[in-house]
Amino acid sequence: MDTLLLKAGGWLAIVFFAFIAMVLAADAGFAVHMAIIALAAGITLWVTINKADYAAIGRGILKAPDPGVYDDDPVRWGVIATIFWGIAGMAVGLIIALQLAFPVLNLNNEFTTFGRLRPLHTSAVIFAFGGNALIATSYYVVQRTCRARLAFPGLARFVFWGYQLFIVLAATGYLMGVTQSKEYAEPEWYVDLWLTIVWLSYAAVFIGTIVRRSEPHIYVANWFYLAFILTIAMLHVVNGLSMPVSLLGSKSYSAFAGVQDALTQWWYGHNAVGFFLTAGFLAMMYYFVPKQAERPVYSYRLSIIHFWSLIFLYIWAGPHHLHYTALPDWAQTLGMVFSIVLWMPSWGGMINGLMTLNGAWDKIRTDPIIRMMVLALAFYGMSTFEGPMMSIKAVNSLSHYTDWTIGHVHSGALGWNGMITFACLYYLVPRLWGKERLYSLRMVNWHFWLSTLGIVLYAASMWVAGIMQGLMWREYGDDGYLVYAFSEVVSAMLPMYLIRAAGGLLYLAGAIVLVYNVWMTIAGKQRDEKPMTETPHNEDLDKPIVGKPAIAPAE
Amino acid sequence: MTYETLRHLSDSFGLLFLAFTFLGFIGWTFRPGSRQKHEEAAHMIFEEDQDDG
Repeated sequence: MDTLLLKAGGWLAIVFFAFIAMVLAADAGFAVHMAIIALAAGITLWVTINKADYAAIGRGILKAPDPGVYDDDPVRWGVIATIFWGIAGMAVGLIIALQLAFPVLNLNNEFTTFGRLRPLHTSAVIFAFGGNALIATSYYVVQRTCRARLAFPGLARFVFWGYQLFIVLAATGYLMGVTQSKEYAEPEWYVDLWLTIVWLSYAAVFIGTIVRRSEPHIYVANWFYLAFILTIAMLHVVNGLSMPVSLLGSKSYSAFAGVQDALTQWWYGHNAVGFFLTAGFLAMMYYFVPKQAERPVYSYRLSIIHFWSLIFLYIWAGPHHLHYTALPDWAQTLGMVFSIVLWMPSWGGMINGLMTLNGAWDKIRTDPIIRMMVLALAFYGMSTFEGPMMSIKAVNSLSHYTDWTIGHVHSGALGWNGMITFACLYYLVPRLWGKERLYSLRMVNWHFWLSTLGIVLYAASMWVAGIMQGLMWREYGDDGYLVYAFSEVVSAMLPMYLIRAAGGLLYLAGAIVLVYNVWMTIAGKQRDEKPMTETPHNEDLDKPIVGKPAIAPAE
Repeated sequence: MTYETLRHLSDSFGLLFLAFTFLGFIGWTFRPGSRQKHEEAAHMIFEEDQDDG
């Protein structure tokens, strides 16, 4: 009872202080955020008081969780949060794609302009969709591979809800124009501090579970998850170093200036790609692909070499975002060289994932989940080939600042991160909710083809748009003047922008098919449908031959 | 400590330290007997007494 009282008192104190901060806030954005925090703490207070088992407390018995089952509640919540934020983020992506084609959709309103919705889209799909998928799958995988329940179950739940609060604060902040203007790290100082607390708690839960493991060996997927968690903690803290103008206001200034600030930002930004969108999702790949294929990973040694090569190389690749800038030339070349060297471990990892299917290639035909995983790995290979190519200075001088970059990012994000996440969701949902199978495998197949077509339209249109844009920008006439005005380049892009929006629509449609399929699976329904494959069986021929003399043995 | 000293440290001892650590980690996966250990590790997610579907 004392603990309960202490907890409730703590939440009440947070409500109180957030309310005071709201009243004294220096700007409207900070006031709204303090109101959200007060509301969140208030809801937690209400749940703490209402959900407590007073009878058990009165008898002095504390209900201990069953140690014989894995702690999957946060995983189930994470699966739902992943799907929810995924649909939201992709829908905003479609809206901003249409805004680029039809500027009138900016609605002449500061809250709905492209500039504010764009970080909302990127953060929603990367950190909300991808982040929830990573937290949920890491909780699932670390328990199974360590054969231990999650360490610190209360902290594990705090990580989930704290992360959702971070997402809400970040998203509402972007709409109100609260940003520290660092790409993929837009949230302001107080939201950064909150994320640091949540992330360190996440590290504690994950490492705690590994420490409590009953398996002597730490499976390789956990290495990737651990690298992802620790590196993101380091990147986030260093890149977020800033000085707030007021402790009761949202504005802050970076601790770095000029080119140091730019390099710190892209050291962060590229390693967010390398450790969040690559290492974390490779962890998913190294557990779920072998499980779904029912075959061990092709080469465990290669997976370890893959791991150390990524860790040692990725961290140096960031400067390739700053080619032909004030960054010293040697640093640009360093970034380029390490990006090109990265091609090898990336392809090693792709081959390791694909070859896991060696001897079971027929599953691509019969199992749409495997098909999604193979597509994801193919796009992992394609985008990790394209990236190093674009980091070469000569190529970068054409591709940088054009839509080619956007196409590259989406072939990685939609093709690799999206598809591997969807495949893992399809793997997890029947298991987490104790169902025999998914509602419909054929709908997974529909999802696969809608997404694939969407990605193809997206990537192809952005390649054309980017190269066209790059060539038009650098076209000089005989008189030594630029041939095209910027506005002419913009209007030449319209057809490609429309194709891109169509691709995005198809991808979103595929995700909506997933929502329906998952919803019906959790509801316990099974669609009556033809199986994906049938072994041929001809009943007429399945009998011995009668009425003919037996063949005489040869002389 | 100036920028220059840090730079010289990083492109000499820092570079060598990281390069040898990396080669050490890669070399470790080729140690004798590692094939059997890797085989076991790759199969640990399939052990039959583990009920995780």
